Amino acid sequence: MSTDHHEEHPKGLSRWLFTTNHKDIGTLYLWFCFIMAVVGGIMSLVIRSELWQPGMQIVEPRFFNQMTTLHGLIMVFGFVMPAFVGLANWQLPMMIGAPDMALPRMNNWSFWLLPPAATLLVLSLFAPGGAPGAGWTLYPPLTVHEGMGMDFTILSVHMLGISSILGSINIIATILNMRAPGMTLMKMPMFAWSWLITAFLLLATIPVLAGAVTMLLTDRHFGTSFFDAAGGGDPVLFQHIFWFFGHPEVYILVLPAFGVFSQIIPTFARKPLFGYTSMVFATATIAFLSFIVWAHHMYTVGMPMTGELFFMYATMLIAVPTGVKVFNWVATMWRGSMTFETPMLWAIGGVFTFTMGGITGLMLSITPVDFQYHDTYFIVAHFHYTIIGGSVLAIFAAIYYWLPKWTGHMFSEPLGKLHFWLTLISFNLTFFPQHFLGLAGMPRRIPDYALQFTGFNEVSTIGAFMVIFAQLIFFYLVIKCIRGGEKAADQVWEGAEGLEWAVPSPAPYHTFATPPQVR
Amino acid sequence: MSINPLKSLRGVVVRVSAGMSLLLVSGLVRADYALNFQRPVTEIGRDLYGLHMMIVWIITVIFVGVFSVMFYSVFKHRKSRGHKAATFHESTTMEVVWTIIPFVILLAMAIPSTATLIKMDDVSGSEMTVKITGYQWKWKYDYLDHDVSFMSTLSTPQEQINNEAEKGENYLLEVDNEVVLPVGKKIRFLLTAADVIHAWWVPQLAVKKDAIPGFINEMWTKIDEPGTYRGQCAELCGKDHGFMPIVVKAVSEEDFNTWVNEQKATQIAAVAAAGKTWSKDELMRKGEKVYAQCSACHGATGQGVPGVFPGLAGSKIATGPVADHLQIVMGGKPNTAMQAYTAQLNDVDIAAVVTYERNAFGNDTGDVVQPADVKALR
Repeated sequence: MSTDHHEEHPKGLSRWLFTTNHKDIGTLYLWFCFIMAVVGGIMSLVIRSELWQPGMQIVEPRFFNQMTTLHGLIMVFGFVMPAFVGLANWQLPMMIGAPDMALPRMNNWSFWLLPPAATLLVLSLFAPGGAPGAGWTLYPPLTVHEGMGMDFTILSVHMLGISSILGSINIIATILNMRAPGMTLMKMPMFAWSWLITAFLLLATIPVLAGAVTMLLTDRHFGTSFFDAAGGGDPVLFQHIFWFFGHPEVYILVLPAFGVFSQIIPTFARKPLFGYTSMVFATATIAFLSFIVWAHHMYTVGMPMTGELFFMYATMLIAVPTGVKVFNWVATMWRGSMTFETPMLWAIGGVFTFTMGGITGLMLSITPVDFQYHDTYFIVAHFHYTIIGGSVLAIFAAIYYWLPKWTGHMFSEPLGKLHFWLTLISFNLTFFPQHFLGLAGMPRRIPDYALQFTGFNEVSTIGAFMVIFAQLIFFYLVIKCIRGGEKAADQVWEGAEGLEWAVPSPAPYHTFATPPQVR
Repeated sequence: MSINPLKSLRGVVVRVSAGMSLLLVSGLVRADYALNFQRPVTEIGRDLYGLHMMIVWIITVIFVGVFSVMFYSVFKHRKSRGHKAATFHESTTMEVVWTIIPFVILLAMAIPSTATLIKMDDVSGSEMTVKITGYQWKWKYDYLDHDVSFMSTLSTPQEQINNEAEKGENYLLEVDNEVVLPVGKKIRFLLTAADVIHAWWVPQLAVKKDAIPGFINEMWTKIDEPGTYRGQCAELCGKDHGFMPIVVKAVSEEDFNTWVNEQKATQIAAVAAAGKTWSKDELMRKGEKVYAQCSACHGATGQGVPGVFPGLAGSKIATGPVADHLQIVMGGKPNTAMQAYTAQLNDVDIAAVVTYERNAFGNDTGDVVQPADVKALR
């Protein structure tokens, strides 16, 4: 069978519209998430600008709430999730020796659902009454009272959810069916393992979120009262359903990041990953635990004490497998022969900042003290340390790690390092002071605050502007790397292992048409 | 007012520059960079502070320990120093050790946490009960044992929020009616809400719980020392979530009893006022004040927020039959942000605000609603 005609594909716009090629779709995902990160980033600057000083300066309180809501939804569903799906699309087939994803046409569709969904979400700003201002958690009864923008958001969440479900079915089908001969499950790269587990989390939880927002929709328009006590419903029911999705969701955001760290650290330590088997089991354990801890987001709703104790103990347990992962990474570095190219810097930085988010997470798991941390800036600091410190730093690490394979050119190391240090420093400048703000009593999601919180808010705002503008370096670096630069070798990094390094740089349009043999 | 979120550009420039100069003059002096919990004034608060600090120290030691090892490795085991990579990649012993040790540490944290939680959960033996109801965007307090009840709203002037006046010391943390509580008594709070979910939080008392419409939560406190303790709503509840503070004034039992008697006298006077016939001017003046509560949604000039909150200027309700108008103010509108004000406002307030709404914003209906009309509908 000739593969020649596969090399012919449409050029220009139709190439991207009709593509079923995993590399093209990966590229589309990555550019999409970049655009969404810019949009969400601008919103964060609106938030931080308003919080620069006490008093209302720039926006109205209602618009401020719309900004915090959209910033959250866009960054979670528009930036971090698609970024990892993009990385999976590019890398999974090359890492397991498959010619493409298992379901290429569905792959095209799962991407092309995203731009209309994102457009709808942003368009809600222009609906009568504006976008929802109830926070990304969309708690009723507040969301039942919202204007038409809320319906835009519900529809958008449905479309984003369908895209995620299709994407995860594809990833599961690919990993389970298309591994090269000889690559048993326990020989798979950790990135593939973490994505396999993440995909199952998505499959199990996205339909639950869809159920929750559908119930909201019928409460809003069709006279049901799932969440209205006056009609026999319960507003807290929504929170249970939402967080049954929402807690696994945070691991959906971070497990692929763990996979990235587990690829990069051994490469630059020139030493195999320490405790591969325990890494796999730790990831699976985290995934399992993520289903039985959801109510730790709701300690203050007035649960029975036994319930609170159960969720406290279960949540504390997550520290054990997470700790195992961190110890394994440190043990991988131990007595290695380390170099610190840009991807390694991002990976080490990511492990460091993620762990900070992890230990504040342990603080938050303790029910009695959580009553004081809950809904304050301490939470805001905590989850930005996990999501930016863990996931986003890992996304950058992964892009730097594989960019030479994608473009065939080396990127500028000095610029990559500058980007890393500026991002790391300004990220900490933004979010570290928010721990103190929360402890001292500043609630989250407020557009204006009491005078004693001024100092740290100023620091945080300065940091936020630095973080966002530092990303211009990244944009310049990537464009420069696509256009040219030193030719990248097939084996881009000296210590890198895996099938993706066996293919030429840049990776040809089709790889592994004949499956490689793994021993 | 349009829905355009950006205020006029000139306004922004003026405000930002005013903010900047304010910062230079006083901001740096004011900023106190508090690092930790506010000083607790209850036993539970001190327990929580102790628990919090214990956990902070444990995790700090672990964090520093783990990353000391990592950074030692980063500096010593690098290729540029000629370090050759070892080849080990697993050790069951190590895996077991670093699974068991964290588990034991967690156990050590779980035991005191459980004890504290059990203590916090025990509302038995309380000596008085205050029911707290969250409204968009104010609090209502009912002293169930003393027959006293009142609303409490933000008292910071709008000029300070809009940067047109110097901000006071307790900016955004001040209210018209403070919650007066006796020290040394176990006080039970019952929490609920009328519209959306709120959360009642006073950091120094170490109490926080959600106030949920249709449900009643409970918690308790026992304040050790007299003083004024300030807090805020801690659950996003809409537009003015940032503007519904809580102020607790803890006083001796003697002062508390005096205060209760004063409150009762005020309430009796209010009942008397409801009995007389009011002139239109009186009602309009009073109504304008009461309308401040309505203006958060319906706008200071009755313009509303298009698409979310209906305007009152020329509206069907405010210019149609008086009975419909009264019904919606008193009974609210289901599934919207429009609350039932029967419980929140007295007869005079409702009569005044309805009269005001029917005659302000160009609605000139000429209708006058008397407190007695309202009373008849209750």
